[in-house]
Amino acid sequence: MKPAPFEYMAPESVDAALQLKARHGAGAQWLAGGQSLIPSLNFRCLKPDYVIDLNGLRELSYIRFESGQGVRLGGMTRYHELEHSDVIRQHAPMMHDAIPYIAHDAIRSRGTLGGSLAYADPAAELPTVTTALRARYLLRSESSERWVQAEDFFVGMFQTVMQPDELLIEVEIPLPKAGAAWGFIERSRRHGDRVLMGVAATLTLQPDGTCADARLVYQNGAPAPRLAPQAAASLNGKALTDEHIVAAAKQAAYEEIDPESDVHASSAFRRQLAFELTQRALRDARERGTAAISEEGAGA
Amino acid sequence: MSELHTIQTNINGKPVEASVPGRLLLSDFIREELRLTGTHVGCEHGVCGACTILYDGLPSRSCLMLAVQADGHEIVTVEGLASNGELHPLQEAFKAKHGLQCGYCTPGFLMTLVPFLAEHPDPDEATVRDAISGNLCRCTGYQSIVDATLLAARQMREKAGAVDGSEATS
Amino acid sequence: MSVQCVGEPILRNEDERLLKGDALFTDDVQLPGLLHAAFLRSPYGHARILSIDVEAARQSAGVLGVYTAKDIGSLMNPAPLIVPPPPIEGLVFNQRTHTALASSKVRHVGEPIAMVVAESRYLAEDAIEKIHVDFEQLPVHLDIEDSLQAAESFVHDDLESNLAAHVVQRRGDYEKAKAEAHRVITRRFTYDRGIAAPIENRCVVADWNRMGKRLTVWDTTQAPIPIRNGLAGMLGLTENQVRVIAPHIGGAFGAKLMAFYSEEMLVPWASMQLERPVRWTEDRHENFYSTSHERGQVHEAEIAVDQEGHILGIKDVFIHDTGAYNNYGLTLPINSQCCLLGLYHIPSYYSEFRVAFTNKTLVAPYRGAGRQHGVFVIERLLDSVARELNIDRAEIRRRNLIPPDAFPYDHKIIYQDFAPLVYDSGNYEPVLRKAMDMIDYDTFIRDVQPRLRAEGRRVGIGIVTYAEGTGIGPYEGARVQVLGSGKVLVVTGVGTQGQGHYTSFAQLAAQQLGVDVTDVEVVTGDTDQFHWGTGTFASRGAVVAGNAVNAAATAVREKVIHLAADLLSVSVDEIDLVDGKAIHRADPEKSMTLGQLAAAANPTRGAVRPGTEPGLEATRYFGPERGTTAFGAHAAILEVEQGTYQIKVLEYVVVHDCGKVINPMIVEGQVHGGVAQGIGNAFLEQLVFDDQGRIKNANLRDFLLPTALEVPRMKCGHEETPSPLNPMGVKGTGEAGAIPVGPLFAQALDDAFSDVRLEILDIPLNSSTLWHSVQEQGENQVAIHEWT
Repeated sequence: MKPAPFEYMAPESVDAALQLKARHGAGAQWLAGGQSLIPSLNFRCLKPDYVIDLNGLRELSYIRFESGQGVRLGGMTRYHELEHSDVIRQHAPMMHDAIPYIAHDAIRSRGTLGGSLAYADPAAELPTVTTALRARYLLRSESSERWVQAEDFFVGMFQTVMQPDELLIEVEIPLPKAGAAWGFIERSRRHGDRVLMGVAATLTLQPDGTCADARLVYQNGAPAPRLAPQAAASLNGKALTDEHIVAAAKQAAYEEIDPESDVHASSAFRRQLAFELTQRALRDARERGTAAISEEGAGA
Repeated sequence: MSELHTIQTNINGKPVEASVPGRLLLSDFIREELRLTGTHVGCEHGVCGACTILYDGLPSRSCLMLAVQADGHEIVTVEGLASNGELHPLQEAFKAKHGLQCGYCTPGFLMTLVPFLAEHPDPDEATVRDAISGNLCRCTGYQSIVDATLLAARQMREKAGAVDGSEATS
Repeated sequence: MSVQCVGEPILRNEDERLLKGDALFTDDVQLPGLLHAAFLRSPYGHARILSIDVEAARQSAGVLGVYTAKDIGSLMNPAPLIVPPPPIEGLVFNQRTHTALASSKVRHVGEPIAMVVAESRYLAEDAIEKIHVDFEQLPVHLDIEDSLQAAESFVHDDLESNLAAHVVQRRGDYEKAKAEAHRVITRRFTYDRGIAAPIENRCVVADWNRMGKRLTVWDTTQAPIPIRNGLAGMLGLTENQVRVIAPHIGGAFGAKLMAFYSEEMLVPWASMQLERPVRWTEDRHENFYSTSHERGQVHEAEIAVDQEGHILGIKDVFIHDTGAYNNYGLTLPINSQCCLLGLYHIPSYYSEFRVAFTNKTLVAPYRGAGRQHGVFVIERLLDSVARELNIDRAEIRRRNLIPPDAFPYDHKIIYQDFAPLVYDSGNYEPVLRKAMDMIDYDTFIRDVQPRLRAEGRRVGIGIVTYAEGTGIGPYEGARVQVLGSGKVLVVTGVGTQGQGHYTSFAQLAAQQLGVDVTDVEVVTGDTDQFHWGTGTFASRGAVVAGNAVNAAATAVREKVIHLAADLLSVSVDEIDLVDGKAIHRADPEKSMTLGQLAAAANPTRGAVRPGTEPGLEATRYFGPERGTTAFGAHAAILEVEQGTYQIKVLEYVVVHDCGKVINPMIVEGQVHGGVAQGIGNAFLEQLVFDDQGRIKNANLRDFLLPTALEVPRMKCGHEETPSPLNPMGVKGTGEAGAIPVGPLFAQALDDAFSDVRLEILDIPLNSSTLWHSVQEQGENQVAIHEWT
């Protein structure tokens, strides 16, 4: 379990990195936090000719709150930094709550936001969470730049719309609307393992208690983060009663996701988990939304 | 392909300069080149935690880093814990509570727990268990490791309290 | 009198070096000019090797040697059989052991085909990728029942089936018991494969000294002396030309006992060929394929009982999966066969097993070593009886316990050590009672469980017992010596893998010689220092080597006292050994240090009395007539999370009896570790094979070992029934914790789902399989109504 030979390059700027990638294309591999890439190198599942190390690019490591816009996160921001960021705690609390589910301290000290998204493991937390938060990603190559909405970014297991010469530069999370609420819950066999099933729910609770803008995103519910638009739509315009929650959970778990069987769980059991966890996520969201409304009411 | 990279790093407080191939894992560099064999390798895919070291003060898997990435950074291994031959309080507590049997995973636990205790001087059992859940031990069943950690935390607090106290009175 | 240190929780001598990172493990051995080996392993479960092309590998950078079966000469003899079959009438045993490298065909994924030796492991792995092999794939035998039914393409071409062994053992007349029974219950049980997964993988370093004509081998083995003896034979050397050192070992649990692994033969051989030191360190991926596996049995079992639930007889017919080879003989299925009898009086027993060859890695002991399977069967059968006769689960066990006045108790069958299965001593009811008290069994069932159930929580309790044959022969030895410094040296042939031998053996010598435990240096696992013995396995270190150390230390004590009495001109019964000195009891001023006595015992000039042996040293051996039986009870309360089927252990209690205890701290640590592995066995660890025999979860991300969050806090209770089979009265304890966890979890989960009459028959479990079992039991409404 030793990596095959490769040429190691450590560019000192994003521009230099993009030039190298443009030159070497698919034969070159970005090295971000390395917590998934290096195991693949050690197992010799991946044998790139070139490894371009991004860890020297401090310009890609930042967490910024821009009032009126949202939160901007550099692609090389590490989990550890997200976990301890007050900006994340205040303005992207679902991400704050999801981070401790990711592996363990010694992995979170290295792993990066951009690395996780570009790797596109459907069982990973941040692809699902950023999709639920309606984030968009900035991709840049030597010659061009584009924004891609999270839900359009992931196309399959470990597959994204990124071109070989592109780098994920930034993630932008929009500001939540008034009354915005969320729930995130996952279950794995042991803490920190690839999840069996996870659910991220976002919605807005109107002052009258009705639900709007509901979004349900499933982690490991399909080969890519999977939205359940019909179940989500079924909640909009209604009060979040237990009855509606159960119906939506049932629809999402049994009709809208497509979980696989593997050594850890059957597809059927994963649907059962999705059914259960969706209810809990939505109840958590209802609780948070109700609290937010009463706070706003008290404030006004 | 086998081009060497010159690195300057700091290991356990000492500057080190070396030439390494790009693909050399940091764990192999520490063990084979520096001969600091207290850092153990158990899985080489980041799961067992035996190779955990401090990289700029944070616990990191040395099997999931390249040696060349040590360039310009500070590394502490288990050999850097005891000072002047005296065990670190956490090492003392592991001995007092039988927190190790074969001892193979132990350096990884120590290097995970040293920064943990710095951040959580008064942890409860559940927090300790969560903190070590990324380190596998096949011998102890963890109970004695948890007890050792709680003991070390208490002793370190008492020591810090004593120092603070003496400063306050002087 | 010496200060009492045996029986005390003395802190360990070995800890400081381990904690500082100073302890030598095999992979730490660095030698000038060290080379590194890597292996090409079979990607197929069963295939003929048509051709091997190693030319490109030979040309690869940094390569010094590439070897295939045709290059390694006498190493191509089949590896030795480690344990011959015991003398059981009518026994069939088809011995097929592996060769160092596969030649004409491969029989499991991961079987080594070629070895590369290069300047670094990186370069060796580069070269491995350049070896080209042409295979012709053959049908793969994976399922153990199908394997025995197969009509062709057998794992071993020269056999007429995949049958590796067939054994029947009987006590009394089961059919008669069945005919007279009030109730007969039949069940089918499966127990799937797992691995030991010590955190340290295997490693071999060999250094052939051409000038000195000596071979030094550092090996992560539990049995250094058999390795030395075997290597000498294979390599054409005398035993004294080979030194095998088993330094600190990072956990073993049986997996480092298999002698010989291919790499243990090939790496020393390569060092002799190349006249340079060579190291091979197994990586984690290799460990899943090249280190022995354990488990894999299917049982069809039957229990006959009277109206009160007394066992009249048991019939158990099972198949045991040995993998592609059976180097370890019949130890595992015989352990299953014998341990099934547990703590119970079973007047008639019919046990028949067949062993199947399959296209999987060979099977050898892993902590528990087949005992789990037997215990799983008997404990689950008793639970079925309890349910059908409406008897409490603890009570059905109590009723069937062997009574304390029945020892020694003869089960009238043959055990793995070839001796009759006779339990030496036991007192079982106090252990069961204590476990019930510690977990508040009656209160839980009467008050707590109904209350929690009313709150919508799924909780269940389990209580099980087990017997563990420990401390088997043949023998071990030890040498104890008082050094010139006054410190004491203890040398024994067994290796140590974390059991605390550097401390427990030191305690035995310190007790006899009146020195501090820290003044006793223990050397284990170095054949140049002690070269008789077998190894550390089967929970035998403290029993067999411990008694040898104690005997040697006692002999040295006599020598010290006699010499001191002589030199101090007092009688021997007036001497005490205290604080490293021999003192005159009446006049403690009159004393000599052990160092002074050691010097006096080894004069450099002058005459000694005829017949005098120099030094304060003695070597003693201990060989028990048969194994000694430890026992215990485990109890647990589990909770299953509604809707997700995740399991949490709320309470865990172990009460065990391993006779006299040398160091209770170490014993408790052994129990804790065993339980953790038992939890892994029961609920996390399962190898999953694809249809080619490749392991789908051959990594530690998917083969799940328990972490600190899965292993609960354990409460331990002790009872002490000394063994009459050794002077110290000790019994082994190394495997006890791991043995009964499977049936314990199964019983507690059955209890948690008693409303749907869940009955778990297969181990290991996980949340997904538990959910499916519950669904099959008809609780289809659970998904909709729970947790709302």
